[in-house]
Amino acid sequence: MIERKRYASAFGNQAISILITLFGLLVLTFVIGRVMPVDPVRAIVGEDATREVYENVYRQLGLDRPIWQQFFFYLRDVVTLNFGNSIRTGQPVLNDIGRVLPATIELATFAIIIGAGLGAPMGVVAAVNKDRWPDHLVRILSLMGHSMPIFWTGMIALLVFYAGLGWVGGSGRMSQFYIGMVPERTNFLLIDSALAGQWDVFRSALNHIILPASLLGYSSAAYITRMTRSFMLDQLNQEYITTARVKGLSRRQTIWRHAFSNIRVQLVTIVALAYGSLLEGAVLIETVFAWPGFGQYLTANLLIGDMNAVMTCVLIVGLIFISLNLLSDILYRVFDPRTR
Amino acid sequence: MTQAPEPSLTTNRTRLPQGLVMLGNILSVLARTPTSLFGLVVIALLVVMAAFAPLIATHDPYIQNLANTLQPPSMAHLFGTDELGRDIFSRLVHGARITLTIIALVSIVVGPIGLLFGTVAGYFGGKIDTVLMRITDIFLSFPSLILSLAFVAALGPSLNNAIIAIALTSWPPIARLARAETLTFRSADYVSAARLQGASSARIIWTSIVPMCLPSVIIRLTLNMATVILTAAGLGFLGLGAQPPLPEWGAMIATGRRYMIDSWWLVTFPGLAILAVSLAFNLLGDGLRDALDPKQMNRR
Repeated sequence: MIERKRYASAFGNQAISILITLFGLLVLTFVIGRVMPVDPVRAIVGEDATREVYENVYRQLGLDRPIWQQFFFYLRDVVTLNFGNSIRTGQPVLNDIGRVLPATIELATFAIIIGAGLGAPMGVVAAVNKDRWPDHLVRILSLMGHSMPIFWTGMIALLVFYAGLGWVGGSGRMSQFYIGMVPERTNFLLIDSALAGQWDVFRSALNHIILPASLLGYSSAAYITRMTRSFMLDQLNQEYITTARVKGLSRRQTIWRHAFSNIRVQLVTIVALAYGSLLEGAVLIETVFAWPGFGQYLTANLLIGDMNAVMTCVLIVGLIFISLNLLSDILYRVFDPRTR
Repeated sequence: MTQAPEPSLTTNRTRLPQGLVMLGNILSVLARTPTSLFGLVVIALLVVMAAFAPLIATHDPYIQNLANTLQPPSMAHLFGTDELGRDIFSRLVHGARITLTIIALVSIVVGPIGLLFGTVAGYFGGKIDTVLMRITDIFLSFPSLILSLAFVAALGPSLNNAIIAIALTSWPPIARLARAETLTFRSADYVSAARLQGASSARIIWTSIVPMCLPSVIIRLTLNMATVILTAAGLGFLGLGAQPPLPEWGAMIATGRRYMIDSWWLVTFPGLAILAVSLAFNLLGDGLRDALDPKQMNRR
């Protein structure tokens, strides 16, 4: 009973703190949207509109109201999911984002599989061989991943693996040849083409995703490796490891069955957070690879100064981040028996 | 410069030796690990390049020579020339100034803001702490590049605005750190003593708490520099940071991209420069963390 009460109150606290963060997020996007030097009315009516037209639009946008009322209207728009139209495409911003987001999610998911698949074992190897050459090698590899300007590595990789060696597809999600051939169902190209049984397209898509996903994956592997190493070191220093060895378990079994099992929960939360930061790399890598995703949509709108679309994108990234934080928290609670 | 004022000399005499000894210790620990040494050397090179840019550069970084465009690396042009015939090596050398300016300005802005937020939140606790840390958390709930993008979009693309945007997004971790440090000093005897003597809160924070937080804040700022460089280069690459013809490394890569297939040197060298410097700061920060590991530094 007490247990349940404590659980409920922890949950309540969490809900309140999420609500406050959400509110802050909205204040922040509202404020950034307001400080811009560009006149939003002029952007809509054009340079040579009459004074009357100008003032009409001014009132329509609610700019004559006090700032707190404007914020209230902004909140109303957000709650009713009314984010207005994009100047560039003429479509509602939310529709646009719904269309481009799957491409980014596909890329990021592919990348995180590579990142976690590479990072976790590397971290374990580094921890087990602490201060010996594998540890140093892993440390340098992960620092490199951490230090590289991903847009540049992307270009060099394109030069080498696409232009030079011809091993992978170039920019875009698939060859020009296949564009428009796949019936759009989920907008996840790999899934759509597989569903339609178009294995040529599937192969082409795979060929195109592998390079940007590997680069993104490498950069997140840097973080995952580091965290895995330090989690593993914490475990390896504990007495149950010695006990396991003394009772005759092999080194390998001790490491993977005992120590690694114990860090799995922590690792899952780290991977969830790394997934969020992939969005950041996606903005740059999508520009390099002409990947028609969320990052490219964001930068294209940035460059023409469509603040409405930009701030909606930023808001959505913030929401994704908060959800991932929440998810990693929940995962921790569900999987770690000690929090029950 | 030769006539140093007397008073500062006397105060320095009481403070400097201890600081110098510590600095010497740190440096000697750093020099012993090859990776940190590499970091130190690259950063020293960067500073030298920035300081003596006009002497080191072989050409003027802005002068165009349309008869001599897209030349591959040679003895006349070490790293080749770009699409306007400008010498890439000289542009890189002058670009070091921009990189250093960005790092320095961001650190100068971020350090005090972070210290102020962190120490005030930590010292007063309670509601003030909750409010300030909530604000910090909101900033932390964005990836820093995305938030910088939003700020630059609002302010308009330029080098100065990029610096402001990066500064606005990189203070929260510093504030967190300063708060954590403050919490450990808040109830120390010497702080209570200052309070009993009737010192105001502002005075206690400024004279008793800020100096204690400084070392860890400075280390954190160093570690932060690699991220700052990458964010600045990313903004430059997207066309939202330094504008042409400024020889900012990220912007150089962005313009070189169009000629990449035939003229690899246009993007390769600026990218290597960014990689080397950000790697250097990461290695140095890594080494600093080891050198200042609290487990070995309990004496403090």
